Amino acid sequence: MKIPLSYSYRNLVTRRLTTVLTAGGMGLVVFVFAAVLMLAEGLRQTLVATGSYDNAVVLRASAESEVQSIIERDKAAIIASQPEIALNKEGRPLVAQELIVLFNLRKRGTNMPSNVTIRGVSPISLELRPEVRLAAGRMFRPGSTEVVTGKDTAGRFVGAGLGETLRFAMRDWTVVGVLDAGNTAFSSEIWGDIDQMQQAFRRPIFSSVILRLRAPGDFYNLKARLEADPRLPVQVKREIVFYEDQSKRMADFIRLLGLVLTVIFSLGAVLGAMITMYAAVATRTVEIGTLRALGFSRGNVLTAIMLESLLIGLLGGLAGLGAASLMTFFTISTTNWQTFAEVAFSFTLTPDIAAKSLLFGLGMGLLGGFLPALQAARMNIVESLRAL
Amino acid sequence: MFKLILRNTLRHRLRTTLTILGMAIAILSFGLLRTVVDAWYAGVEGAAADRLVTRNAISLIFRLPLAYLNKIQTIDGIKKVTYGFWFGGVYIDEKNFFPQFAVELPTYLDIYSEFVVDPEQRQVLVKERNACVAGRKLAQRFGWKLGDIITLKGTIFPGDWELVLRAIYDGVEETTDETRFFFHWDYVNETMKKNFPTVANQVGWFISQVEDIERAPLIAAQIDATFANSLAETLTESEKAFQMGFVSMTKAIIMAIQVVSYVVIAIILIVLANTMAMTARERQEEHAVLKTLGFQGRHLVTLIAGESVAIAFLGGLAGIIAIFPAAHFFRTALGNYFRIFNVSDETLAICLLIALVVGVVAAIFPAWRAARVPIAEGLRRIG
Repeated sequence: MKIPLSYSYRNLVTRRLTTVLTAGGMGLVVFVFAAVLMLAEGLRQTLVATGSYDNAVVLRASAESEVQSIIERDKAAIIASQPEIALNKEGRPLVAQELIVLFNLRKRGTNMPSNVTIRGVSPISLELRPEVRLAAGRMFRPGSTEVVTGKDTAGRFVGAGLGETLRFAMRDWTVVGVLDAGNTAFSSEIWGDIDQMQQAFRRPIFSSVILRLRAPGDFYNLKARLEADPRLPVQVKREIVFYEDQSKRMADFIRLLGLVLTVIFSLGAVLGAMITMYAAVATRTVEIGTLRALGFSRGNVLTAIMLESLLIGLLGGLAGLGAASLMTFFTISTTNWQTFAEVAFSFTLTPDIAAKSLLFGLGMGLLGGFLPALQAARMNIVESLRAL
Repeated sequence: MFKLILRNTLRHRLRTTLTILGMAIAILSFGLLRTVVDAWYAGVEGAAADRLVTRNAISLIFRLPLAYLNKIQTIDGIKKVTYGFWFGGVYIDEKNFFPQFAVELPTYLDIYSEFVVDPEQRQVLVKERNACVAGRKLAQRFGWKLGDIITLKGTIFPGDWELVLRAIYDGVEETTDETRFFFHWDYVNETMKKNFPTVANQVGWFISQVEDIERAPLIAAQIDATFANSLAETLTESEKAFQMGFVSMTKAIIMAIQVVSYVVIAIILIVLANTMAMTARERQEEHAVLKTLGFQGRHLVTLIAGESVAIAFLGGLAGIIAIFPAAHFFRTALGNYFRIFNVSDETLAICLLIALVVGVVAAIFPAWRAARVPIAEGLRRIG
C-alpha cells in the first residue's frame, strides 16, 4: 500500500517557512536558467527570423559579415544576371545590391556611442523582405537624402526618431519614416537610397547581393556555379543560414556563460534542498518508524520523502519560470561581436525552454531529496520508535 | 560563549558541512562573475593617459588616409605617432580568435612600452617584412616558437597571409594583455597596392603620444579641427574613452551579469537563513532552558548570530580559496572569450565582506524570534 500523496503535501504545508525558503532558492536558480536560455533563444530567433529560406546572400569569399564584404559593380552585375533569380509581377528580377556601413550614433539617455547598421537599399529590397513594413511616416524618395529607421533604432538613438535629422558623411539626413520589421535585425537598422549612400560614403561598391530564388532547390545550382566562377571571389549562402551564423558566437557565449553559472548555482540549491530534507527526516524519526511499524515498506517511505522533495522542486521550478516569463516584456540591445553592430532582441520563452526549466527544478528536487530519503528508508523500526 | 557557538556549529555536522559548501559555491560564483566583469573592463584599465586615438568619425570600419600622419605629427605637443588597423584574420578556425593588428611596428612598440620585446628579437622583427610578434600567453596557447610560420586567412583583406614569428613580448605588469598579435602594416599595404589600389595607403587609426597629459584634450580637439570638413573627418579621444566605447556597446550583457551576481547572493542568503531557522526552531526548548538559567535575550542573539556568521565565514573562505583554480580553468578553457582573467584583491575583499553580511542577515529573524519567545512556551514545545 502506498503512502498517500497528501502526506507529502501536508508535511510541506506544516513547515511553511522552510518550504518557501527552499523552493525560493530553487526558484531563483530556475529563473537564471530560464532567463539565460530565453536570452540566447531571443537573439537566435531575431537573427534567424531576419533571413528567409527562399533568399540567398552573395558575399565576398571569406567575409564573415556584410560589413567586411566588398563586391565591385561589374561583379554584382554578373551575379544579378543569373537564371535562378525569380521575377516579380512586373517581370523585373528580384535581386538587390546593397551597401552596408556602420555609423556611430549616440544612445538616448546615456549618450554613449554604439554602432548602427546603415543599409543602402534599392526598391527591390523591400520586395525581398515582406516582413519589413512601414510603421509611421513614408518611405524615402529615391535620390534624396532621406532615410527610414527601424523601430528599435528610432527609439534608442539620438536623432533617429521620425522627423529628426541625422548627420553623417557630411550631409544631413531627414528621417521620414519608421520601419516595423517585427522581431528581426532590420528593426535595428537605418535604410536609405543606395545611390545616395554610395556617393555620400564614397564607396562605389556593394557589400552584398540579395536575391530571391525561383525555387528553393535552385540554391545548389546557383551556389555551385557562382563559387566556381573564376571572375567572382564570392560565397553564396541561404539568407537564413547567413543570419544564423551571425548570431552563433554571441548566442554560444550567452549559453555557455549561463550554463556554467546555472550548474554552479544549482549545486547551491541542491545543497539547500538536502539540508531541508535531512532536517525533515531527522525531526520525523518517530513518525517514520510508526509508518514502518504500520506496515509501509521501505520503498513506500522512500517514495513519500522523494515526492516531498520533488514537490519543492516543482514549486521552485514554477516560481522561477513564472518570474522568467515576466522577462519577455523586456527588450535588450547590445552589439553583436560578429557584425560589430547594434542589435535589439527580447527574451523569448518557448515551450521547450519552459519544459527544460521545470525539469531542471524537478531534477534539483530529485537530487536534493535522494540521500535524505534513503536515510529515512533505511531506518531501523525499533530504534527510530525509541528515539526522542 | 565562544566555545558554545563552536559546539553548536559542530552539532549537526552534516547540515553545517552542506551549508558551508553551499556558501562556498555561492561566494565562488560571485567572485567569478565579478572577475568576468573586470575582464570586460581590462582594455580600459590597460589604457594609458598619454595616448590619444584618432579614427574616422563615421565609425571604425571607415579608414583614414595615411597622408594624415604628417599633419598630425606637426601638431605641437605630440611626441610620437603610430598607426595601424585591425586585421581580423582567422587562424586555422574561427574558434581560435585572438586580436590581430597590422601596425607600424617600430613606433608602435616605442609608444606601447608595456609590451616588452627582447632587443635582439626586435631587430629581426623590425627588419623582416613578414615578421610578426605575439604575446607570451598567446604563444603558449598555440604552442608557437620563434621561427614558426603562422598563416592567417584574411576576412577583411582577402587571401592567406604567411607570417613568421620573430618575437614574443612580455607584459610589464601582470594585468598587461599578453594575447595580442602584431605584424607590419607595410606588409598588408604592399599587397593592397597591387590588388586593390583604391584601398591602399589607408590606416584604421592613429595613436599619438602626447608630452603633457594635461593638454591631451586640447590636442585631441586640435587634431579633429585639422581635418574638419574634409572627406574623412576624424574623431580623437583618449585611449581610455576609446576602449570604454567598446565596453559600453555590450553594456546590456555586463548588466545582466551583475544582476545575476546579486541573485546568487539572494540564493545563498535563503539557504543560510533556512538552515538557521531550522536550527533555531529545533533548539527552542534549549534556548528556553538557557533563559531559565538567567541568560538574556541578547545572549541568545549572540549565540545564533555567532553560529550563522561562523558558518558563513568558513563557507566564504572556502569559496575564496576555490576561486583561484576556477579562474585558472576559465583562463585556459575559455581563453577564446576571456583573454585576461585576473582575480583582483578587491574582489576577494568584497567576497569576504558579503559572506559576513549574509551571515548576520540570515540570523536576524531566527535570533529575533528566539529572543522573544516566552520561556514557558519554549519549554512547552515538542518536536
